[in-house]
Amino acid sequence: MSTRDKVIAIIAEQAVLDPSDVSEDSTLEELGIDSLGLVESIFAIEEEFDISIPFNANEPSQSDFDISNVAAIIAGIDKLIAAQS
Amino acid sequence: MKRVVITGAGTINSLGHSVPETLDAMREGRCGIGQLDFRDVERLAIQIGGQVRGFEAEGRFNRQQISLYDRFTQFTLTAAEEAVRQAGLEFHGELAARSGVVLGTAGGGVSTWDDNYRSVYEDGKNRVHPFVVPKLMNNAAASHVSMQYNLKGPSFTVSTACASSNHAMGLAFQLVRSGAAPVMVTGGSESMLCFGGVKAWEGLRVMSKDACRPFSANRNGMVQGEGAGIFVFEEYEHARKRGAEILAEVVGSAMTSDASDIVMPSKQGAARAMAGALADAGINGDAVGYINAHGTGTAANDKTECAAVADVFGPHADELMISSTKSMHGHLIGGTGAVELLACIMALRDGVIAPTIGYEEPDPECALDVVPNEAREARVDVALSNAFAFGGLNAVLALRRI
Repeated sequence: MSTRDKVIAIIAEQAVLDPSDVSEDSTLEELGIDSLGLVESIFAIEEEFDISIPFNANEPSQSDFDISNVAAIIAGIDKLIAAQS
Repeated sequence: MKRVVITGAGTINSLGHSVPETLDAMREGRCGIGQLDFRDVERLAIQIGGQVRGFEAEGRFNRQQISLYDRFTQFTLTAAEEAVRQAGLEFHGELAARSGVVLGTAGGGVSTWDDNYRSVYEDGKNRVHPFVVPKLMNNAAASHVSMQYNLKGPSFTVSTACASSNHAMGLAFQLVRSGAAPVMVTGGSESMLCFGGVKAWEGLRVMSKDACRPFSANRNGMVQGEGAGIFVFEEYEHARKRGAEILAEVVGSAMTSDASDIVMPSKQGAARAMAGALADAGINGDAVGYINAHGTGTAANDKTECAAVADVFGPHADELMISSTKSMHGHLIGGTGAVELLACIMALRDGVIAPTIGYEEPDPECALDVVPNEAREARVDVALSNAFAFGGLNAVLALRRI
């Protein structure tokens, strides 16, 4: 599975949706993912890709990790994976 | 002062997944203690306990709930569902705003601590699930009950080791009696039957390797159990007006501290708690027909408790019945008083006294009527429930037939 497919699978599971219902321009809010669901998604992504995401739940908008929509999350993860290798 | 009655009861423990199943087991003198079953159990010196069997969280809670509910919270919500359903109450408006939940637990989310310590220490992982803290905190169960039933009044968790539930129910009683709350959901829960939970208890060397035999001369220690007991305490007029079925009346409670030793019980502390509960209820000792003993099956507790009963009741100590249901469900630590209150309700309501099973040899230092091995039919008007915790913190409740 590609990074994109893996991320969408994680987000879809959190949102209790079918992966086909999650598009790249979906926002987490639109998908019904609340603040607890968000930190749980971040945890699942870190576990899946063995990366550390610079996300601070106190001030999500001030983090270096863009969560404005699914595409931004995928791009951020690609960057973190590239930086690691 | 208001009168306080019990209008709902729920439980899950090694004897059953409901109140009727549990009371049937107590009536039949059935033992819920057996071989423990969990990871690394073979590394334990103590391998028996009153484990809840056949409980599948998956069928009962959704994935998100399971990620937030430790086993002690799962037990609590399961028992609370039965209790609130029986009470037939729904909490809206003023009733919701003033009603609360006070629960006891000694360890809270012990298996959540255990699993995650294992993950970071043994497996070397550097990341834990984000819900570890909200899952393991001692007040998690009380908070989830408050959310489930819309209880917005006084709500908190009490932690006094083996007396946690009795302290919680004593406080709930006082809140309803004083008029501060019309209804309180109360009781307690414990789930320590995991590798770390049992290993810690092993260290004290007070655990039996074969059975819990309270008051029997050949007793050799306590056996842990797990589960929850939850009750709805309601102001009497409130219950009467809506035609609720009343299981029993809570008439008194008392709490004392030994202020002497961190583990050894004190006869005076226990006696003052029992006498205090009677005084609080305005009831003479002669009226008490049954005591659900703390009765852990340790040498120290049982003889101290019997001596305290003799001191408080004088000659009437030989007339009353006193049994320890820990012989059947094990010691639920912070949840124990709640499950044991069911035996008091059964005595008052059904006229059936739960036995002390595993009783093999009389002990001259425990020469009371401990209802050995078989349940007994008897009319009881007043019952006491004892809990004497490590740390010397004691709490006793007095119940009356209604």
